[in-house]
Amino acid sequence: MNLVAGLSILNLARFQFAMTTIFHFFFVPLSIGLGIIVSVMETLYVIKKDDQYKRMTKFWGKIFMLSFAVGVVTGIIQEFQFGMNWSRYSRYVGDIFGPALAVEALVAFFLESTFLGLWSFGWDRFNKKLHLLFIWLTTLGSAFSALWILAANSFMQNPVGFEVDHKFDRAVLVDFPALLQNHQLWLEFPHVIFATFMAGSFVVMGVSAFSLLRKPHHEVNFFKKSVQVSAVVALVGVVGLAYTGDSHSLALQDDQPMKFAATEGIDKNVGGDDEQAPWSVISYTDPKTNEVKWSLDIPYMLSILGDHSLTGGSQGWNELNKELHEKYDVKFGHDMNYYLPNNTLYYSFRIMAVSAGAFGLLAVVALWFTRKKSKIDISKYKWALWIFGIATYLPFVAITSGWLITELGRAPWVVYGVLTMADAVSPNVSAASLLTSNILYFATFTVLGLIMVMLSRRVMIAGPESVDETDTEEDVDPFSPKAFENGKEA
Amino acid sequence: MTGYQILWFVLIAVLFSGFFFLEGFDFGIGMSLKTLAKNEEEEDALIRSIGPHWDGNEVWLITAGGAMFAAMPFWYASLFSGFYLILFAILIGLIYRGVSFEFREQMKTAKYRNLWTAISSVTSMLVPFLFGVLFTDVVQGMPLNANGDMSANFWDYFNIFSIVGGVAMSLLSYVHGLNYARLKITDGSLHNRIQKQLRVLYPVLLVGEVAFAVTLFAFTDFFTEKPLITVIMLAAIVVLTLVAWTVTLKRQNTWAFIALGLVIILVVALLFTGLFPRVIVGNESGMSLLLKNATSTPYTLKWMTIISLTALPIVLAYQIWSFYVFRDRVRVEKISY
Repeated sequence: MNLVAGLSILNLARFQFAMTTIFHFFFVPLSIGLGIIVSVMETLYVIKKDDQYKRMTKFWGKIFMLSFAVGVVTGIIQEFQFGMNWSRYSRYVGDIFGPALAVEALVAFFLESTFLGLWSFGWDRFNKKLHLLFIWLTTLGSAFSALWILAANSFMQNPVGFEVDHKFDRAVLVDFPALLQNHQLWLEFPHVIFATFMAGSFVVMGVSAFSLLRKPHHEVNFFKKSVQVSAVVALVGVVGLAYTGDSHSLALQDDQPMKFAATEGIDKNVGGDDEQAPWSVISYTDPKTNEVKWSLDIPYMLSILGDHSLTGGSQGWNELNKELHEKYDVKFGHDMNYYLPNNTLYYSFRIMAVSAGAFGLLAVVALWFTRKKSKIDISKYKWALWIFGIATYLPFVAITSGWLITELGRAPWVVYGVLTMADAVSPNVSAASLLTSNILYFATFTVLGLIMVMLSRRVMIAGPESVDETDTEEDVDPFSPKAFENGKEA
Repeated sequence: MTGYQILWFVLIAVLFSGFFFLEGFDFGIGMSLKTLAKNEEEEDALIRSIGPHWDGNEVWLITAGGAMFAAMPFWYASLFSGFYLILFAILIGLIYRGVSFEFREQMKTAKYRNLWTAISSVTSMLVPFLFGVLFTDVVQGMPLNANGDMSANFWDYFNIFSIVGGVAMSLLSYVHGLNYARLKITDGSLHNRIQKQLRVLYPVLLVGEVAFAVTLFAFTDFFTEKPLITVIMLAAIVVLTLVAWTVTLKRQNTWAFIALGLVIILVVALLFTGLFPRVIVGNESGMSLLLKNATSTPYTLKWMTIISLTALPIVLAYQIWSFYVFRDRVRVEKISY
């Protein structure tokens, strides 16, 4: 099989990692974000005792449950994958990386799965406050999960708390708390959590918009309230994203300057201590020569963004490449390629930034449309509903762009400055096995993705009234016409 | 070998026992959707009996995997890369099974509901089978090199012993699932059919256990290395199965469930006991992966011990509580979602 022989194990394993994590990470932020929104809705129900909030909790809870299910099953792949495809990585950093994963399972997965079971099957069984506690514990569990997996990822980006044991050729943990004190973690974790706000809120707003397009003037109050809650969540999220994103950029210049140069398209050093640096709005880099072919610049802007002042420079990747060779050639040899896929990182960064701007704008528009005193008939604004409908997908594009920057920008290492990707892959897994699993994963994800979209659409078409018939908690007069109707339907 | 190393070997065995005990009956219930239930109402009732729990039960596997990675990275790396395609098949099985309950419920036509019921049933049988194959392979000897990398061919993975191990694991899970269903569902027709199946299955299970003992004798060094403990544990497995059978006939459902649950735990204990002090048996002498070379540093093991011994009791407490609050019976009835 020449085709198989031509594909390298490393590239196949990298493709598999990218594919499985990107797919998994559609559902993770959606589950966390929707979890938070549903928790807020149920809290409002318990405080305000307004049944509309209970209907909202149940209706959006349906999409939350679907997303959670797919998130869980695609998550198991992640845990197995390190041993299956990256056995040398697992041996080299297992002493450090393994604990983070194990603690995630122990403190997060048990918590979310058990309390989600209690929540979804316990509507008629527990009093309101206890039931509310279950959804918050589920949400807390998923936040713990994000914390520990990002602690593991932060170690790969900015390794701390370890030493290299040369005798056994592996990295060993010497400071466990350092994994949680890693400054990279406190840049990544809040950024990811705020990004989950976007995924959850824009799905709620988007589905609401599509619902009103399908059936104008139907359940307007329900969707208005849903949008209100999620627009507030979105607005908080955008502010958080901008702040944490900015801090991350600043730190990146010291931690991973090559990644920073790639996201800003800087080939040669620009600016200086007394000199302004222009910011490139849009540019193209020749991937072969790594030369910026053309660029549209705004003067002073990079100094303002990168140093928060009118002067200040940044190193270009040509200079950085030389520095990295000087620093690491003793350890990794002269043949290393430190250049990154510059255009991918550059445009991913721009997609992420533009999306963030759009999120902020849309959240404000949504609040304006749904404000209490407004007499606006939302159903008439079809163009706006269409924009919100399409915006459903935007957070997922932005989140994927963010991960592409983070993970591609770490190259050529799997653990920055410590272990290369080429030294991390399993030596005994054949290209044929990897190709088979890649194809079958791809097919499986396609099936799951399509069914997810189809089922979410079905939940939407069934509408909020679909949660009413299972509502047995409400006392219904057995002789009322309503009870008769319910009985007929059941 | 240090105390921490032995402790973690035991803890990983405990986590896998927990997984096979808890998820075992979920697998059994899954299989029974096609082999026991006669209509959608019965299928619904069976699924509802595990509804709030199966996801939490599966976390025992994820935790076992995580604990292996954290405490024994060399075992984790060799095992997971060595059993690549088997674990891949397990993952695919767990993925489709995991979504099948949710998807089945959402399907509008009987045809598609049936399709997802069938997927649920087949994957519930396949996953314990593959785990049985994997664990019997680990104790019978696989081709490992000095780095712990396995390069095995099809016949290394699949032989009489591993097939017997796989079938035994699926069968055990199935009977365990029936025992669980009998506890939860007391409605006439379904309940009686469970009893009928169990009467036939216990003799089959005993035959399977004898086959397992014979192949264990032929394919492993359990009887030469640790004859006494091996014979005692095998005897205990058979005796407990006989107990489960007897009390089943007397319709003492709880005792049958407990006795067979202990059998599952004992099977895992037997495999781990025979494995010790190795973690993967090599097919050439001297090429086994040893526990003393497979673990993390004492520093990491200490941290992991502190965290696990703090967290596990809390986890157990709320998991048991969740079983307690959903302890009531499940009725076969028409439910609208």
